[in-house]
Amino acid sequence: MAKFKNHILVCGGTGCRASESEAIAVNLKRSIDENNLENDVQVVRTGCFGFCEKGPVVKMVPDNTFYVHVTPDDAEDLVLEHLIKGRKVERLLYVDPETKEHVSDSKHMDFYKKQIRIALRNCGFINPENIDEYIARDGYSALGTILDEMTPEESIKVVKDSGLRGRGGGGFPTGLKWEITLQSESEQKYVVCNADEGDPGAFMDRSILEGDPHSVLEAMAICGYCIGADTGLIYIRAEYPLAIKRLKIAIDQARDYGLLGKDIFGAGFNFDVEIRYGAGAFVCGEETALIHSMEGLRGEPTVKPPFPSVSGYKGKPTNVNNVETFANIPAIFLKGADWFRKIGTEKSPGTKVFALAGKVNNVGLIEVPMGTTLREVIFDIGGGIKGGKKFKAVQTGGPSGGCLTENHLDLPIDYDSLIASGSMMGSGGMIVMDEDDCMVSVAKFYLDFTVEESCGKCTPCRVGNKRLYELLEKITLGKGDEGDLTRLRNLANVIKDTALCGLGQTSPNPVLSTMDNFPEEYEAHVKESKCPAGQCRALMQYVINPKLCTGCTLCARVCPVDAISGDKKMPHFIDTSICIKCGACMDKCKFGAISIQ
Amino acid sequence: MNLVKLTIDDKPVVVEKGTTLLEAAKSIGIKIPSLCYMKMDDMNFENKPGGCRVCVVEVEGRRNLAPACKTECTEGMEVHTHTVRVVNARRTVVELILSDHPAECLTCAKSGECELQDLAQNLGIREIHYTGEQSHYKGDQSPAIIREMDKCIMCRRCETACNEVQTVGVLSAVNRGFESVVAPAFEMDLDHSVCTYCGQCVAVCPTGALTERDYTWKVIEALVDPTKTVVVQTAPAVRAALGESFGMEAGTLVTGKMVSALRKLGFDYVFETDFAADLTIMEEGTELLDRLNRHLNGDKEVKLPILTSCCPGWVKFFEHQFPEMMDVPSTAKSPQQMFGSIAKSYFAKKMNKKREDLVVVSVMPCLAKKYECTREEFSVNGDPDVNVSISTRELAQLIRNANLDFAALPDDDFDQPLGESTGAGVIFGTTGGVIEAAVRTAYELHTGKHLERVDFKELRGMEGSRKATVDFDGLKLNIGIAHGLGNARKLLEEVKSGKSEFHAIEIMACPGGCIGGGGQPYHHGNVDVLKKRQRAIYEEDKGKPIRKSHENPFIQELYKEFLGKPMSDLSHELLHTHYFNRKKKAEIE
Amino acid sequence: MAKVKIPENKVQELKDLCAKFNNEPGELINVLHGAQGMFGYLPAEIQEIVAEEMNVSVAHVYGVVTFYSFFSMLPKGKHPISICMGTACYVRGAEKVLDEFKRHLDVKVGETTPDGKFSLSCLRCVGACGLAPVVTIGERVYGRVSPEDVKGILGEY
Repeated sequence: MAKFKNHILVCGGTGCRASESEAIAVNLKRSIDENNLENDVQVVRTGCFGFCEKGPVVKMVPDNTFYVHVTPDDAEDLVLEHLIKGRKVERLLYVDPETKEHVSDSKHMDFYKKQIRIALRNCGFINPENIDEYIARDGYSALGTILDEMTPEESIKVVKDSGLRGRGGGGFPTGLKWEITLQSESEQKYVVCNADEGDPGAFMDRSILEGDPHSVLEAMAICGYCIGADTGLIYIRAEYPLAIKRLKIAIDQARDYGLLGKDIFGAGFNFDVEIRYGAGAFVCGEETALIHSMEGLRGEPTVKPPFPSVSGYKGKPTNVNNVETFANIPAIFLKGADWFRKIGTEKSPGTKVFALAGKVNNVGLIEVPMGTTLREVIFDIGGGIKGGKKFKAVQTGGPSGGCLTENHLDLPIDYDSLIASGSMMGSGGMIVMDEDDCMVSVAKFYLDFTVEESCGKCTPCRVGNKRLYELLEKITLGKGDEGDLTRLRNLANVIKDTALCGLGQTSPNPVLSTMDNFPEEYEAHVKESKCPAGQCRALMQYVINPKLCTGCTLCARVCPVDAISGDKKMPHFIDTSICIKCGACMDKCKFGAISIQ
Repeated sequence: MNLVKLTIDDKPVVVEKGTTLLEAAKSIGIKIPSLCYMKMDDMNFENKPGGCRVCVVEVEGRRNLAPACKTECTEGMEVHTHTVRVVNARRTVVELILSDHPAECLTCAKSGECELQDLAQNLGIREIHYTGEQSHYKGDQSPAIIREMDKCIMCRRCETACNEVQTVGVLSAVNRGFESVVAPAFEMDLDHSVCTYCGQCVAVCPTGALTERDYTWKVIEALVDPTKTVVVQTAPAVRAALGESFGMEAGTLVTGKMVSALRKLGFDYVFETDFAADLTIMEEGTELLDRLNRHLNGDKEVKLPILTSCCPGWVKFFEHQFPEMMDVPSTAKSPQQMFGSIAKSYFAKKMNKKREDLVVVSVMPCLAKKYECTREEFSVNGDPDVNVSISTRELAQLIRNANLDFAALPDDDFDQPLGESTGAGVIFGTTGGVIEAAVRTAYELHTGKHLERVDFKELRGMEGSRKATVDFDGLKLNIGIAHGLGNARKLLEEVKSGKSEFHAIEIMACPGGCIGGGGQPYHHGNVDVLKKRQRAIYEEDKGKPIRKSHENPFIQELYKEFLGKPMSDLSHELLHTHYFNRKKKAEIE
Repeated sequence: MAKVKIPENKVQELKDLCAKFNNEPGELINVLHGAQGMFGYLPAEIQEIVAEEMNVSVAHVYGVVTFYSFFSMLPKGKHPISICMGTACYVRGAEKVLDEFKRHLDVKVGETTPDGKFSLSCLRCVGACGLAPVVTIGERVYGRVSPEDVKGILGEY
């Protein structure tokens, strides 16, 4: 990156690209050319900066000015004002919500202050399509050192000493997994990278692959050396076209540089990587299902043992880790197991990436040390609840996780504390909910997902989750009774106890955790036919307060089903037998005359 | 041997490493309920997806319950099979299955034989606490098999039978989640598919999802029609299994009682398919010798090995899967069809009846025979040679309907002339039997010498594919035997690649041969049942005064009076057939 | 299901695709991805050719096709609409947006309008949670969509 005086980093993550960041980059380049700056300034499309809420994000290097909500039309100003005249474009600067002052460097933003970036260390800094930029940040030097100086056993010891645990959900110690695979005797072994990120609301794996694909490739090669595998397979969702494109470029470049292929670093070590595509089945995130899918079969999980580390892809010992786990590996070798252990908690060293979303001000991708509290994440980093509403719950772990409440806000987040409180780490989705969210509906939402994604192999998941969903549906329609709550709990417990795979065993968590943490909400639905959050449509009625209604007729005109009648300048009336409870009338009423009962 | 010690319900048990909890428990008399699990070692059948979760047990130190069928015993394990937690889970799981299962037990074809029904009874399920949407799938009625997939519980046994054992590949799990079901491609009807109607899916289905097409009422209609003369033929394997439907021990021979029952049911003539089996030997054996002699004389046109063709499942299998080899199997019709053909020509003439006035009913251990008798080439002017084919199970049903106390029936004899058979005809009912029968006759025809030793033990057994060399007075005849279509496929691939050393191969679609047919009383996964039926077949053979087909006096008479000699023009017309290339793109509705 | 006629040259292209993956049954999913890329969907006729070439049963291919939601046996509309039903979008009102699309187009999820113009589907998290709720039409991504925007968005096509 040396030969240019200035770099303009444009976020090329999927979120920002959806907001036309590519056009920003194109316009920037055009303006630079027009002003004959092409030898001094380079436009770099990076991976995700994480601060998706403020996207598209553009960062000026070396002065680290962080511009937010940039549009393609702003490109010219950035060149003319910032680069040529040396004046910051104030309208594009981040405004601190507390002080209302402009903050130009991201390290002074609350969003970034508490973050430590290991897995995301290169995301937003380098051009992921240029291997040189990865190498410039010590890329592939860990692999080189290991091949030069360390035996597989010594290398595995480093991973074991670091205490790194699988970031895909279960938290199984990574070094131990490698060791078991090393010890499984076979001529042929495989390294598999699980990039089938299917958790609705988690996108860290994709961001890593889009922003720093080489860190994953390097880690897979390291793993291959450690366990004795010469083939790596990346199983990636077909729905991630950008990540696939960047991975392919990265693989080609690594091959060109001799960092993949035969006799890497002249150490006699062969390793190459192939891409396999998922096809839209959440269950394929489960490692045995993933392996079956790679074998051209239906992605149905099989009973473990045997574990993949003993008998996996094509019946050979196979080490499966997810993207984020791999992304940590090169950093651990570069900086040492001790360094890694000092970050995070004793039992869960290191950091965790979370996809923070929902009713929170700063939606985005964050990486924090294990042990950070939910309060710090949601209120300090996340900037609190959107629209000044009241925090109600935070859902972690996606469909396998649970909803935590205000009582859990000071809980230090790690694998074990989350499980102990009825949720789990999962892949790191973190969805914040406010007072308007009905917890029964949230549980129903997740069950709907599980029912749709169940593979159908085992009874508890195939039929049990369907019945759980139907019970929840009955309750949200106001037709439930107290017996249904007993049935719900028993069924949830049995599914947890008997389902075949991890997906099925954890699928009742959203139900159980909401039942435990919000019992009164369930009771309100079944005993009083009321939805306290006002979200369950079947339990609501829209009514017009005749005292406030001016008879402006706006509501009647906007009603899609003609449920509202009334003469002009006279109070209107909603026929509840026709009303579909879409809420359009309430949104339109300027006089606050329409309310939900 | 590597042993592990554990306790199950506080009882210590020592088992070999690799033993499952289910097997270990069974060895000390603890029967853990299971549903999807089915294992038949000799049949190469192993279905343990671990999917139904009925066999879950509690293992100390383990977070969740363990499926006993898939969990291997480890040293020091402490297992509990009936704690409150286990029983509640098991009952809930069964209730869940029942909540997506039509409550039609009273009229279900499988009632009384249904493993799900038994399970619910044994667990004392009296109420289903979880109700909701039930799965509905398109019904499918083929000539042989009825699929009512609303009753499918996703045990996947049929898939294992169809794909792994039989390698027919009609069935697969389709869709996912609550919508998942086992079905042919595009959920097409079986008669559009490559299904061979071997019925092994029906044989292993625990519920009423897969059953045979029931033709008992058609038989009753024929029996009460005064204008019809109703002739019945019974296949050899039926007599070795029918007793099971009346609570008798497997392998009890009930030939005489069966004849008695058929007579009481009102059949005008009670004949044996075994007679036609003897006839098959005459034709197929002659064809074998003809091909063999031409081959030995250097005729390059002649194809060897010759493959038997008496199994309609096998015939349909090669028509779909190996159409390029249609000139390899014998052209001889199956015994069922030979019988029909002779009954409606020779016998009708003898009785002075028009063929249309004759109704030929066959009692078969088989479902493919139901399909076979509907094949167009086996009819004359729209009148099928065999009008109705019913299974052993359907015959039992007819007997029950007629209020006959089967066990108390006296023994009776078959009618003549089509009821006379030899031991060779009888052993058609088991794997290895057809070729043994053929050898008995071919040896004498080829060598002109008397065969002293009629028991060719080297051709017998239960291994899926076997080979033996029989000495024809200096000519070493290499014989192959396969039962189960998966084993057949392997032999056929060898033949296709030109690597086969065999002169003759016997193939039976069903594991065990006809004794394991899809129309036999349900064995519920117990291989011993098949072995006992096999022993009964050989026992019947041993007791027969005549044990070589060509010595059957009525066969000799048939040739003398009617056919002339084997492979004569009339034989060709009545007793031989041709095959169809069915390898075409499946049609889609 | 209507019969689909595939031009001879396309059949060859499909066979070449299978050959590119060495007709290896383990590569079935890769082949199906390629085939769907070629034809836009996977009608029965395509699955039959693939089965034949890959030496697996048609039932197996169909079992795989129906397992994965990415594979479709029906042609998509000219403008495929996908509503993100990821959690972030859900809590920010994606369901109401979906309802509005259903109402305007008068189709259910997974269906195509009779004129073949639009098809409607749901997907799980496109990873643009900052823009929730998100709708994609073809390549285009619409962020922060409210039910009131739906009519206008459809009007663009």
